[in-house]
Amino acid sequence: MSLEIIESCVNCYACEPLCPNEAIYQASPHFLIDPDKCTECLGDYDDAQCSSICPVEGAIVDELGVALNLPGSLTGISEAMLAKYQAAVEATYQAALEAKTG
Amino acid sequence: MDLPVINTNSSSGEAAEGGGCASHSCGSTDDQLGHLPEHIRAKVHNHPCYSEQAHHYFARMHVAVAPACNIQCHYCNRKYDCSNESRPGVVSEVLTPVQAVKKVMAVAANIPQMTVLGIAGPGDPLANPERTFATFRELSEKAPDIKLCVSTNGLALPESVEELSKHNIDHVTITINCVDPDVGAQIYPWIFWNNKRIMGREGAAILIEQQQKGLEMLTARGILVKVNSVMIPGVNDKHLAEVSRVVKSKGAFLHNVMPLIAEPEHGTFYGLMGQPSPTAEELQALQDACSGDMNMMRHCRQCRADAVGLLGEDRGLEFTMDKIEDMEIDYPAAMVKRAEVHAQIAKELEIKDQDRLFQAQAKAALAAMRGEADAPLSRPVLMAVSTKGGGVINEHFGHAHEFLVYEASPAGVRFIGHRKTTPYCEGGSSCGDGESALDETLRVLKGCEVVLSAKIGFEPWAPLEAAGIQPNGEHAMEPIEEAIAAVYEELRAAGKLEEKPELQQKVA
Repeated sequence: MSLEIIESCVNCYACEPLCPNEAIYQASPHFLIDPDKCTECLGDYDDAQCSSICPVEGAIVDELGVALNLPGSLTGISEAMLAKYQAAVEATYQAALEAKTG
Repeated sequence: MDLPVINTNSSSGEAAEGGGCASHSCGSTDDQLGHLPEHIRAKVHNHPCYSEQAHHYFARMHVAVAPACNIQCHYCNRKYDCSNESRPGVVSEVLTPVQAVKKVMAVAANIPQMTVLGIAGPGDPLANPERTFATFRELSEKAPDIKLCVSTNGLALPESVEELSKHNIDHVTITINCVDPDVGAQIYPWIFWNNKRIMGREGAAILIEQQQKGLEMLTARGILVKVNSVMIPGVNDKHLAEVSRVVKSKGAFLHNVMPLIAEPEHGTFYGLMGQPSPTAEELQALQDACSGDMNMMRHCRQCRADAVGLLGEDRGLEFTMDKIEDMEIDYPAAMVKRAEVHAQIAKELEIKDQDRLFQAQAKAALAAMRGEADAPLSRPVLMAVSTKGGGVINEHFGHAHEFLVYEASPAGVRFIGHRKTTPYCEGGSSCGDGESALDETLRVLKGCEVVLSAKIGFEPWAPLEAAGIQPNGEHAMEPIEEAIAAVYEELRAAGKLEEKPELQQKVA
């Protein structure tokens, strides 16, 4: 059994020093967990350490691919708010594009 | 309350200097550090982040060696990274300690005015103790002429005080947004503490306790503590006056209340829920309300965690890692040059202080001769200035990314704050919300009656006047405070500054 870090990882290093098994290592494009070393912290801590400090919802998943931190659980940002964010980013991008071409 | 160490010194310092005008706080400028005892002033006089005067002459840099964080704040989004953005926590390139040391020495050799190296993130420096302290250790050894400072959320502060006191660190900044866990629960969704993620009020209560404990431990050791607070309207704006009182009683020497930065495109909780930022006027009102109890800092530029250069400018792009790799740095030689430059600036500042004192004395003597005490009171006036640094009016109106705002009154000229804008000459009509760059500038200058620039073009002239802001390009290249004093005197002589009738009634 092992946890996995997926592509939404922002490489903040927070999890790496906490791992009791030194299973987490820096890699490109993001940190990874060595599945042979990971114990999901069983026997060491009540909660898996990496997913307890990770600031990005969904970046750490279990063997079934289920996120340990669900959307909105850490930031309070709901899916609807996120959609608004994407729209704002898109608008900013379009405006920049127009300014460049026009 | 238990350990008012610096505070105690402060009162005795004030007593010793009391009765008359101390040279540093008298005259045309109300230096925010004027009330500090001499031993603290000596420590901060060349620190651009602590001394309003020093920030025109000395530069600072931050190195981004600390990416991890142990708390979440609602004004922060750990995913965000954009080189067009300028706000704390945002950074493009995370460095290893070895890279950071190399970068600092390269900058120090090329920008001799750089006196201060800070570690501020992009996460929390004390949540990355190995990376942060490895950087400090190397620099204390290799570049002893650089002051080191660190900025933290305070959660890991008590356990770090011992190590902090070993290095050349005499300043620590703690961001304290509240002293009440109910307020904290609205700012901090979680903290990581004792191997657990702790949500909500419980987490906020632990954070507050650690911050206060860390503050007391630092001041007990004589390490200077500045407190940063983010002003969040409707959340902690009413509460920050109490924060100011509490941190002062525990020995913090300076309080820096900063406006919340929150836009939807930042992807932060506050940005997405439409949490408003304070207006420049609301911020100033709160800073003024706190200033009775505490030295307030007003020139903070809310720098990025990898900023390089004078406050308000960023020369980071000249010092990216690939450029630094090619630089040959002879640090011992650079240190000699740096010492010369620092001495020269110190001399310049001393002459300016003297000048200011003489002028103030002459003015007071003249006023006494004329019997101006009986003259009608002149009301205070806000004036905006565009400058590229060096303490003079040397930037075109249309090129300004920010304006410095000063208040002129019969008591002198005092710095109020800075207001950011989009340079008029760069703005297009493509800003999305339809607000042109000039509209934006007019909005941020609200409340100002005069704007002084090196040059002001024909086009913005009429809109400025229509908005009640008199454009003035007659004081190009003059020292800011002298120019403002001169304009104020012109307005007074023209009879434009008599107290408004309702105010006179109040006074009477």
